[in-house]
Amino acid sequence: MFRRLPEATGAPIPFTFDGREMVGRRGDTVAAALLAAGISVCRTMAVSGAPRGPYCMMGVCFDCLVTIDGAANRQGCLVLLVEGMRIKTQAGAPQAQAEEGAT
Amino acid sequence: MKTIAAIEAFADRYDLAIVGAGPAGLAAASLAVAHGVDVVVLDENASPGGQIYRAVTSTPMTRREILGEDYWRGVELVQEFSGSASSYAPSTTVWNVARGLDGDSLGRDFEIGVSLRGKARLLRAKEVILATGAQERPFPIPGWTLPGVMTAGAAQIALKSSGLVPDGHLVLAGTGPLLYLVAAQLIEAGASIRALLDTTPRANWMSALTATPGFLASPYLAKGLALLRMVHRRLDVVGGITALRAEGQKRLNRVAFERAGRRTELDCDLLLLHQGIVPSINLSNAIGCAHDWDDVQLAFRPQVDAWFASTVQGVAIAGDSAGIAGGESAAARGRIAALGAAFRLERIGAGQRDRDAAPLRAELALLARGRRFLDVFHRPAKAFRVPSDDATLVCRCEEVSAKTIRETVMLGACGPNQMKAFTRCGMGPCQGRLCGLTVTEMITDARAVSPAEVGYYRLRPPVKPVTLAEIAALPQTADAEKAVAR
Amino acid sequence: MSGAGAATADVIIIGGGIHGCSSALHCRLRGLDVVLIEKDHVGRHASGVNAGGVRQLARDIAEIPLSVHSMDIWHRIEELVDDDCGFTNEGQVLVAETQAELALLKKRMRDLRAKGFTHEELIDAAELHRLVPAVAESCPGGVVSRRDGAAIPFRATQAFRRKAEALGAVIRDGERVMEIRREGTSWAVFTDRAKYVAPKVINAAGAWADRIAAMLGEPVPLEVIAPMLMITGRMPAFIKPVVILRGRKLSFKQFDNGTVLIGGGHRGVPLRDENITVLDWAKLAVSARTVADVFPIMRTAHILRAWAGIEARMPDEIPVFGASGTSEGVYHQFGFSAHGFQLGPGAGSVMSELVATGHTNMPIHALRIERFRENAVARSSEDME
Ligand SMILES: Cc1cc2nc3c(=O)[nH]c(=O)nc-3n(C[C@H](O)[C@H](O)[C@H](O)COP(=O)(O)OP(=O)(O)OC[C@H]3O[C@@H](n4cnc5c(N)ncnc54)[C@H](O)[C@@H]3O)c2cc1C
Ligand code: FES
Repeated sequence: MFRRLPEATGAPIPFTFDGREMVGRRGDTVAAALLAAGISVCRTMAVSGAPRGPYCMMGVCFDCLVTIDGAANRQGCLVLLVEGMRIKTQAGAPQAQAEEGAT
Repeated sequence: MKTIAAIEAFADRYDLAIVGAGPAGLAAASLAVAHGVDVVVLDENASPGGQIYRAVTSTPMTRREILGEDYWRGVELVQEFSGSASSYAPSTTVWNVARGLDGDSLGRDFEIGVSLRGKARLLRAKEVILATGAQERPFPIPGWTLPGVMTAGAAQIALKSSGLVPDGHLVLAGTGPLLYLVAAQLIEAGASIRALLDTTPRANWMSALTATPGFLASPYLAKGLALLRMVHRRLDVVGGITALRAEGQKRLNRVAFERAGRRTELDCDLLLLHQGIVPSINLSNAIGCAHDWDDVQLAFRPQVDAWFASTVQGVAIAGDSAGIAGGESAAARGRIAALGAAFRLERIGAGQRDRDAAPLRAELALLARGRRFLDVFHRPAKAFRVPSDDATLVCRCEEVSAKTIRETVMLGACGPNQMKAFTRCGMGPCQGRLCGLTVTEMITDARAVSPAEVGYYRLRPPVKPVTLAEIAALPQTADAEKAVAR
Repeated sequence: MSGAGAATADVIIIGGGIHGCSSALHCRLRGLDVVLIEKDHVGRHASGVNAGGVRQLARDIAEIPLSVHSMDIWHRIEELVDDDCGFTNEGQVLVAETQAELALLKKRMRDLRAKGFTHEELIDAAELHRLVPAVAESCPGGVVSRRDGAAIPFRATQAFRRKAEALGAVIRDGERVMEIRREGTSWAVFTDRAKYVAPKVINAAGAWADRIAAMLGEPVPLEVIAPMLMITGRMPAFIKPVVILRGRKLSFKQFDNGTVLIGGGHRGVPLRDENITVLDWAKLAVSARTVADVFPIMRTAHILRAWAGIEARMPDEIPVFGASGTSEGVYHQFGFSAHGFQLGPGAGSVMSELVATGHTNMPIHALRIERFRENAVARSSEDME
């Protein structure tokens, strides 16, 4: 859906999404890194189960909600990508049980 | 500038807290600090600039012509701020602003709830300037929740902060100057756009020209025309669109549109929607500031006086959150609000305040010329504000359809707050940001009354969700400990 | 119409909360002409924004009969108001966190049984964890009231209003009662817009009811309070009944849609003349900590909204209900002290009986308004000894 311009040469930042290894760039938000990696769906809805992906990229819509390192409900478009982040699709209502790695 | 990177690094109190590090917030901070005011600027984003100058000091974009000179003008604002003595808290969400309590009665200072890296804290400030900017107007069409449908602003943000350009079949749709700006930027960046579907109602040309002869003298005219020419030359602009529909099963793969009664379909992987921007009023609404309905801009905006002070004493609202006027005006408005605050904090006298404000007011007056033309010309059509298709989702978070909204109005829900109680519309995490205006206008339409009468959601803090654990870990005051005991 | 353009009725009800609306409906069912006057809009205050708990559980003995009667109505609420009011019957559970707390519950159970009340049932740790699996292991037991549940406050209040109106009650939103005067054998009620005359008046003015009582020369020690609530985003379903704690201030309810309502009595500051409440986040933090202790699974829940309502509290935390002590034809129905939502349907039914017939068999003596004057007299004579 998106490609990165050649001048975007920030340092690579590895992370995982649903267990898959991916690489973003310094300065990416989590949502931007996912879009750049070709991911357009990052959550499913609690009511209908429909898939959603980032819509506004500015903290308004909450369709970029993901689970990051065990913490559910994070707005991917506002969180800066950090090396080693384990990002997961947020399915329906967030899992309340602390996931592996959560504190 | 002193950057605050951890919740513990905040002071307990400040003279002035500014929410938002866009042009309004940055300009206000730099000026207030220069008058000896102790300022903290709080912003959700990781770097200063707000929406228009987003990531201006950290963007990977090196070819200046892609984003255009207006963007790079932000560098100066950010540099001035960086050189100032202001405190700056990036990646910080403000979830509440309210008059704080002194024991069991209302105190004079404001209490500001903030979250930074998963930790919350309550700060105090004597004065507050809300510079929370604008958001894109909701664009409720069938399928607008499908992955692959985003806003034009979203694509612009991805470009500015990460150097991302859309790939594959791309269609833009809607109206407004920003739509054309984004189209131009994407073209410059090398994106190939299949079409721009312009939903501007044809009648807007006439009403805009007759309503606003002043436009000919406006600074927007030349810029706007150049932009239009560029976009028309380089891509397929289809005007007079009367209906739009995003189609696909699990994600977008087609956009269908109607023009002069004829339906056409285009294969597409990414549809960027935009129909203007509206003030972000969640905080000012939750604080209890009075708002008016703006019948030209079709949005609520807070009531402010000549110093951008709201109806709640101690709270000023500057920049686009006080009504859409654009980035350059935002900076001037921010400076005027800062002079007002410095005066109330007794750092400057009335004479200096008024003298310093005079050139800023002149600048604002110049920038205001022609603004009305843009507002009238880009006034989005009712068909795209009040969805007629029953299945269209109005509330994205709680998945409430237009049909449900209409039926609930028939059942007697006469305002948005009743609508909430019956349908949960507006009660999800976005807290009405993407359904509020639609709901107000749908009720207005069904009941044949004015939007002012129908009103908007009564918003409650936190204006952004906070985790229970964060609230639980708020530092305790002696009073609260007593309260548990009794 | 009579006099100088005054509207007449059989009864004028002051206050458009669930109590005023329920009394309006029940008075109409008895054929009385009703005018209801509300200064803001129906359901704007406590009745529209409360936690929606419908409980008989853990009530003061003095109000149990009224509560049991009300519960019967809740169970057939749709028949009465043509709307289910979002009522669900999942029970309410009072949790003891310690053996000492459990001992107190056992004692209460003996008192209740002795008086013939059977709605509360003592439960052991096993039954507690069956009903509320998510509650902390260490809790030794509690009490359940199985007919209890919850409803949607604003919707319920509107339903009473709509049905009362459909039956012919006149409801005036946005009109404020300014003065009440005796005119012959009737009461003249002056609002900021009009005059109404009726032989009977019901004071259901919630947190403003002391002002109405004062207009009638009957001062009461009413405290204005602002109980606070928080609600979370959707969580996976993990709890059915409403849970309240015996020791700490907490009430806890998960709705069918997964959202969780957290209440329990921590208070903000009410500014009743401005219709404003100020939240006290430091106290909300105490609620949040209690939740995190009792339901660890809630720690990552997102708080979406917090708010407070403006409510009347009496010093003994039971309502003022029944005939005025000074003014013939005036009845009081206020001071529900943050637990009056459940009582609304039943109190309205009993009130209509009082207004229509002058008496009721419902034991309400302990709720009479004179108790405060009697107490004051008793206290001052003690002082003199
Ligand atoms: C998506 C988008 C793209 C745009 N692109 C352009 C463009 O290219 N060119 C142009 O001329 N105009 C553009 N505009 C219009 C432009 O944004 C405004 O005219 C201008 O930025 C207004 O400045 P401001 O300071 O009022 O607001 P903003 O620049 O929006 O700054 C407000 C800041 O407040 C922060 N904030 C808000 N609420 C909170 C909270 N609760 N806690 C913490 N922080 C908070 C926001 O994150 C934001 O950083 C765009 C608008 C949008 C919505
Ligand atoms: S994409 Fe809209 S909130 Fe993140």
